[in-house]
Order: sequence, then C-alpha cells, then structure tokens
Amino acid sequence: MSLLVRNGRVVDPANSLDAVQDVLIAGDRIERLGPNLTAPGATVLDATGKIVCPGFIDLHVHLREPGQEYKETVATGTRAAAAGGFTAVCCMANTHPVNDNRAVTDYIRAKAETQGVVRVYPIGAVTRNLGGEALAELAELAEAGCVAFSDDGKCVMNAALYRHAMEYTLPFGTPLISHAEDHALAQGGAMNEGVVSTELGLPGIPAAAEDVMVARDILLAELTGAHVHIAHVSTAGAVRLVRDAKARGVRVTAEVTPHHLLLTEEAVRSFDANTKMNPPLRSKRDAEAVLEALIDGTIDCIATDHAPHASSEKEGEFDHAAFGIVGLETAVGLLMDRLVKPGIVPLPTLVARLSRDPARLLGLPGGSLAPGAPADLTLLDPAARWTIEPARFQSRSRNTPFGGWTVTGKPWKTIVGGRVAWE
Amino acid sequence: MGWTRKDLLSIRELDAAEIVLLVETAASLQEIAGREIKKVPALRGKTIVNLFYENSTRTRTSFEIAGKWLSADVVNFSAGGSSAAKGESFIDTARNIAAMSPDVVVVRHASAGAAEILARTLPCSIVNAGDGAHEHPTQALLDLLTIKEHKGHFEGLSVAIVGDITHSRVARSNIHGMRKLGMTVTVAGPPTLIPPFVQELGVKVAYRLEDAIRDVDVIMMLRLQQERMSSGLIPSLREYSRYWGLTLDKLRAEARPDVLIMHPGPVNRGVELSPEVADGPYSVILDQVAKGVAVRMGVLLLLAGARGEAA
Repeated sequence: MSLLVRNGRVVDPANSLDAVQDVLIAGDRIERLGPNLTAPGATVLDATGKIVCPGFIDLHVHLREPGQEYKETVATGTRAAAAGGFTAVCCMANTHPVNDNRAVTDYIRAKAETQGVVRVYPIGAVTRNLGGEALAELAELAEAGCVAFSDDGKCVMNAALYRHAMEYTLPFGTPLISHAEDHALAQGGAMNEGVVSTELGLPGIPAAAEDVMVARDILLAELTGAHVHIAHVSTAGAVRLVRDAKARGVRVTAEVTPHHLLLTEEAVRSFDANTKMNPPLRSKRDAEAVLEALIDGTIDCIATDHAPHASSEKEGEFDHAAFGIVGLETAVGLLMDRLVKPGIVPLPTLVARLSRDPARLLGLPGGSLAPGAPADLTLLDPAARWTIEPARFQSRSRNTPFGGWTVTGKPWKTIVGGRVAWE
Repeated sequence: MGWTRKDLLSIRELDAAEIVLLVETAASLQEIAGREIKKVPALRGKTIVNLFYENSTRTRTSFEIAGKWLSADVVNFSAGGSSAAKGESFIDTARNIAAMSPDVVVVRHASAGAAEILARTLPCSIVNAGDGAHEHPTQALLDLLTIKEHKGHFEGLSVAIVGDITHSRVARSNIHGMRKLGMTVTVAGPPTLIPPFVQELGVKVAYRLEDAIRDVDVIMMLRLQQERMSSGLIPSLREYSRYWGLTLDKLRAEARPDVLIMHPGPVNRGVELSPEVADGPYSVILDQVAKGVAVRMGVLLLLAGARGEAA
C-alpha cells in the first residue's frame, strides 16, 4: 500500500530541506522524496499549495486516562492530537491511579493500541503516587515503554531524591522532565505575581518560584550528568539559566507552550479561569524572552501542556478553578498565524521545534522525512482562515482562552504510519 | 450626567464623574436616617438579594437597611465558606437565585473576581460588596463621602493608608477612587504586607508609620488579620502594634491637628489603633458606618433605575 503526496512544499529541517517535492510512502515508512515521483498503483494525494512536514510531536500532554475520563480519554485526546496536526503525544503520569507502575503504563499503551489514532508515549512518575518521597519503579517503567519521567503538576521538592532519580535513570537514557516550581514560593498563587495580580487582588506566583527550581535542576544535572528537560519554561530568568547551562555543556533542554508565547498576565483581567494555568501567564518581558529563546534554540521545542478540564472546573471562582488549558487543537493555527505569518519565526524553525527537536530530545522515532523514517506526516494548509470554536473540538474538554480567535493556517491532514489519521 | 451601568463591580472601572455622582447621590439620601419614618417608596416592588459567601455583619446589615429604607424586598442568603464546600457550585447557586428574578444581587465573596463572574452570568444588576482582596467599591464610596463632608473637597488632599495593603480590597478601591479624584495616596506597612509593583497604581510607599502620617489630611488604618503571622508575614502582633499601631503619642508627634482617622472596621483595638485614638476626637469611624447606609441606598437607587423618586 503506497501513498504519493504530490507537489507540496516539503519542510524537513532534519534534512535541511525546504522545497516543493513529492513524498512517496510505502507501507508505514517514507520510501523516497524528490520532484515528479511516479509510483504506479499508489494513492495520490495532491498537496499543491500545502506544506508537508514530519509529524508533529507534543511531548507534554495530559490524556487523563485512567481515572479522569470525564475530562479526556486516550481516544478523545489522540483524536484532538490528530485534528491538531500531531502524530505523536507523550502523556503525563498524573492519572488516577498515577502512572508509577507497569500496570498503568501497560493499560495506557493498550488503550493507545486499540483506541488511539496517533502514537502515544507514556511518561512515568518519578516518585510513587507523585508523593515526592520515594522513587517509583523506574527501571520497570522504562522497560514497559515510558520515554521519560516526570511528576508533572508537582515538583519533586526533595533535592536528594531528585538527584537519586537522575542517577538511577542514567542507564536508561530517559530524561527527567521537571515541573520547576518551588511549592512554598508558589503556595496559594493563582496567577503571575506582578502589577496585574496586585490590581486584581489575586494571590501571585512569583517568577522566582520557577527560577529557583530551574537553577536547582541544572545544578543537579551538572552533578549527575543526567539529562533534565525543563517543562513549560515561562520566565526570562529560567531562559537565562538554561542558556547559561547549555553554554557550559550541561545536559539541559527546555520546552515552551503556545500560551506562554502568545499571552501575558494581562489576559487574567477578565477573571476568566481559562487564563489560569501553571506556570501562570507571565509578564510581557517574560513572553518576549521565551520567544527569543525559542528562535535561538535555547528552548528546544514547543509543547502544549494540553490539560483538559470539565466546564464545571473552570466556570466558577478564579482562585478555586483548576489550572490548565487544552492546547492540541489550537497550537498549530495560533503559531502559524501569530508567529510565522508576521515573519517572527521562520516556518522551518517552527516545524523543527514541533517535530525534529522533540523527537531528538526524547530519542523518539520520527521528526524526519528521510527514507526509512516512519511515515508520520503533518500536512498544513497555510492559507486556510478559520475561527477557533471550542464547541467543535475533538477533545472532551473546551477549556481554552483562544475561543473566538480567527487565525490563518490550519492542519490539513495528519498521517500516522502511512495512514491518514485525520483530514 | 446619568448612571448607565448595569453593575457596580469596581472603582477602577469608574471615571471621576461617576464616582462623584455616586457620592452626591448618597449625600442627598443621608437625611432619611434622621426622619421619624425611615422609608421612601423608591424601590417598592424591587427585589434585592444579599448573597454573602463570607461572614459580614456591618456590610450585610448596611445593605439590608439601605434596601429596606428604599422599600425594596430584601432577602439575605448566607452560604457558609466556599461554594465548593456546600456541594453546589457558586455559578449554580447564582443561576438558581437569578431564576427567582431579583432586580439586584449584592455579592460578598472571598474570591477576587466573584462579582465580575456573576455579572457576566446573570441578567440582573450586581453590586460587589467585597470580592477577595480585589475591590470593595461601596466601602471606598462611603470613605469618600466621609472625607468630602469633613474636608469639603477631594482635589489636593493627601491620604495615608496603613497596614495590610496586600490583602485589602478596601485599600485597592480607595487607591483607585482617591487617585481619580485628585488625591495623593501613600500606602504604608511592613514590606511583606505591601503588594509588588503597587507604585504603578500611582501611590507612594512608606515603610515607617511616622513618615506616612506626617502632614496628611487623612489616615486610614486597616485591620490586621491574625492569620498573617502564621504565614510568616510578620513576627508577632506585639511587634506589629509597636511599629504600626497608631497611638495618641505618635499622632500628636507627627500628624496634623485636623487629621481624620478612618478605619473600615472591625477594629482590633490595641493592635492597629489604640483605644484613645479609635474613640478620640480625630476618629470618624462611626460616621463612616452611618454613611455606609446612605452610600448603599444611592448605589441601589442608581442601579435599580429609580433615580429621582427618592424625595
């Protein structure tokens, strides 16, 4: 079974390619790239005017299954991913029960096998029940297929335990993903600490709550030689720390979310709980710093931190509302419209940060269109103008601050393993 | 000019003319308190719900009396603690109350933004009677009315607001109101109780009581919540009252002889105010409470759209 994607603009940063070409897929692998390919018997997909990229990988997603299926499931979450142009997602461990043992990892993988429409890579918990007190069975989790370890949603506050986690996992090649947040500094906070929190009277989370933990994690990575990946970097201070650490050769990588690139604390003035997430929307200066870091590569990749919540968890009082927003179905359109269209980020850079770089960072297959690579492709329609309508999401949840935004650029088709998973 | 808003949510959203209109309307209603029969028919047939999620004696009673003197039907709804604790969500409770067609809902809630969330959910008028550390607009209005009656004007007056600024909705509403009316505001307290970037609201900051109260026209002392010690913001009540408590000695040494002492209540006697100051000649604390009823009558009257019928 062959598929010929014809005449699209092929953007493949892993192979320094940006040209109008054809891509021939044989089975679940890339067969060949080149101009005017012919393949008798192949299904032909005319991609004229479209952009053909390696499949996008979101390494920070909450699929909520098992345990909170009212928010999201593997089935709905992967449909949301496919609709948003992602061919693979890494799902965080804060499920109920927590993904801190092989049985849960096996369950998630079985669900993904039978009901998932994109690839699903589980992330295991660092500590048992995310308790921050004892290591989870990390070796068995790695063997079961966990591609990284994280207590995301919580920070492992015990530095000695975190150090041990780094050392223990060194042989597996699985990074630790740090939710860098000093709990005491952040305690009770509902938004960024700054002039807006002062005006609104909402308890603030200072940037330093993130920065001190990024600094600690970098120092521990330096001590142990482990690879630490900083999740959802949101502050100028964290950017500076990561930049310095990389220059020193520390094995640190980082991600940023679309919302920290595109929104600031000003959005909270509405008291709309869809502007509440952790880390919080920061100042304009922070947003500018993470954008600059994304462009210069200090920040390695874009991840959505897709965090579905039911409407009842988001419509009430701001300080009682749950943290987090969905992101899988809005990321690509927003980034193309707000960053690529105005010329702030070159398209190949955006594609690299969504495909090549997350794949390299976690050692995942994909991220490249080289012959022999998995036939995971994201096809974009750069001209499509559309309005974000949460009611039409594939996700089970609707919690986004971007509802009603009109953007240009949209995922067109999502191909996973040579098969069209979404169009 | 007239009143055009559906709700009164904050002082920040008002312009100076709107604030003056509210204060003047309240001023004209003060005489009702001195009547033998304290009742005008202005809001007859209107229903006001006091939706109080936080304990309050003064404010709730004040709104209740204001509504009753205007002949409205006033219903008090007290939900203990947070909405989550009750099982029913805040929004669901509000929708249920809205289904009973009130004209005005007066809401007090521990969460900043609660009034705004109600205002965009319910069709009736919403009055913010205090939302977390965000705003308490009717308190600021009654403070402004008190200042106006004692000083005769606003422009050029200087005010010191002293105490726990970080957690004070009264401070925020007053800062906005006073700045819009041309007053100079200094906030003062230990640095742990001064919110970050507060200068960007157009105020000065002082870290010594003596510096703050020198030569100002008005000193507004705020209540110190006892839980601020357990959260590590101040070492002890004793130390706080020693450095931040307003005593007669400090007043005589630093303040002007015609200074006004205000406090939104309830007063911690011996903590932020010594009893001699609270009950002394500079204090207008009970006058503030009296004016609270007039201010709430004015607000209810303007929002319920019954302007001009009061006399």
